[in-house]
Amino acid sequence: MAGTEVLMAGFGGQGMLLSGKLLAYAAMKKGMEVSWLPSYGPEMRGGTANVTVCISPKQVGSPYISRPSALLVMNQPSLEKFGPRVKKGGLIVINTSLVPVKANRDDCTVVYVAAAEIAQEAGTARAANLVMLGAYVGWAGIVDPDTTIQMIEKEFARKAKFIPANVSAFKLGFEAGVKAKEGAKA
Amino acid sequence: MTKVLMKGNEAIGEAAIRAGCLHFFGYPITPQSEVPEYLAKRMPEVGGTFVQAESEVAASNMIYGSAGVGIKVLTTSSSPGISLMAEGLSYIAACELPVVLVNIMRSGPGLGGILPAQGDYLQATKGTGHGDFQLIVLAPSSVQEAVDLVVLAFELAEKYLNPVMVIGDGMIGQMMEPVEFPPEGQGKPLDPGDWALTGCKGRKKRIINSLYLDPIECNDINLKLKAKYDLIAKKEKRWETYNCDKPYDLLICSFGMMSRICKTAIDDLAEQGIQVGLFRPITVNPFPYEACRKAMDKAKRVLVLEMNMGQMLEDIKLAGEGSKEIDFFGTAGGVVLSPDESLLKMRKSLRKIPKATKAKPKKKPAKKTKAAKKRKSR
Repeated sequence: MAGTEVLMAGFGGQGMLLSGKLLAYAAMKKGMEVSWLPSYGPEMRGGTANVTVCISPKQVGSPYISRPSALLVMNQPSLEKFGPRVKKGGLIVINTSLVPVKANRDDCTVVYVAAAEIAQEAGTARAANLVMLGAYVGWAGIVDPDTTIQMIEKEFARKAKFIPANVSAFKLGFEAGVKAKEGAKA
Repeated sequence: MTKVLMKGNEAIGEAAIRAGCLHFFGYPITPQSEVPEYLAKRMPEVGGTFVQAESEVAASNMIYGSAGVGIKVLTTSSSPGISLMAEGLSYIAACELPVVLVNIMRSGPGLGGILPAQGDYLQATKGTGHGDFQLIVLAPSSVQEAVDLVVLAFELAEKYLNPVMVIGDGMIGQMMEPVEFPPEGQGKPLDPGDWALTGCKGRKKRIINSLYLDPIECNDINLKLKAKYDLIAKKEKRWETYNCDKPYDLLICSFGMMSRICKTAIDDLAEQGIQVGLFRPITVNPFPYEACRKAMDKAKRVLVLEMNMGQMLEDIKLAGEGSKEIDFFGTAGGVVLSPDESLLKMRKSLRKIPKATKAKPKKKPAKKTKAAKKRKSR
């Protein structure tokens, strides 16, 4: 299949569902078919939350995926749960600010990002989810970063004061992703 | 028209407005609460009415009353809430009133859980409430189809003066997909015809009633309803076949979101050189028995996959009339079969087909080992 399935996971409140939504929006703007399927169990802030975003040139088949081609994890429980499920040759992006362990997958590309520290540099540690999204977009090149930034601005339109920090967190994450990709090539 | 990315529940609410429905009565319950949430905001914007009823029982009687005065009306709920509405639905069907309901199914029985399931198939299609009545039941498998079928539901409800239910599992309600709506202002108000209670000044009184103590009269009502259901069955069956244009040994039958999961498994099998067909009813009542039988006739064996313990399976058996071996696998309680697990169930059914009767010779050994290796690694 030519499609891409991205699983984003973390604690509830860390914003991975929002990151997924922004990715889905940006892919849709590019003319791709998308689906955004959240976990909606009886979990609240502090519990685990995840979302699967499928991106495909043709209609998305199952939005529910057993083996994603990319995994973005904000916390250790999510890495332990979903790490083994990533497709061979897939991509794992790990938030080292909260995950002190390695991915233990020789058959995948693993990108380590200190998301909270980078977000802090951008203005707020709460934008760590956008650092993660930026790193993925930078690595995978699946959507246009400028479109994604437009989507961030649109999403935060009613809370305009948060736009600069979130956009800058995304940009810093994006640069980290691009750099990691270049490093892997070299 | 441009596409927007929207949650199924919100898209269902917007679809009702686009279909010209400006009245909603309902009660919140997970996983469909975004429908009332969305409409609570949206209805005042379009001059409509939103009422959060005190219970589902009340909501079902509010839609009964609204439809009775010739108003296009919607309610939505999830499994236990639909059970509470069952009494009202029987009255609505008996009085031949056009209402649209959406059931975003959660897992049962009892209070169950809030995760996706398809356990209300039989309730929706065969036994919603007491007495001899039927709903028209539509089962979408994507957010876009949910929108299209809600619009269709209002058309059918008005055309046949019958309640129409759209059933989807929690995934359809909670997921976001790009969706396109019919233009605003296209939906017309309900035609009050010769039945709606619109005030009898200057014309003969109309009565909407479902109490018939005279057995002959009550029998006649049942015969009239039966004739209507037969007509609906003749005219309104809808279905989809997938990968059925190539010869296949195995036919999968599934509905709603489960069919999407099966499609991915079918695509994966096709990549390995194994063709499997899929039959998906879109109207689950009336069930497209003839089309299902046609698809079954081309197969050696049939596998039914559902997110319940075997409910649509009964309709597949009726369609097949004992002509084919039928396997079934179901999950419930909010457990969803993944595409990989579905593929394994398909392989299991394929292995049960005697080799001599297979439609196609076996594929190259190279591919076989690849598939076998894959199986081993799981």
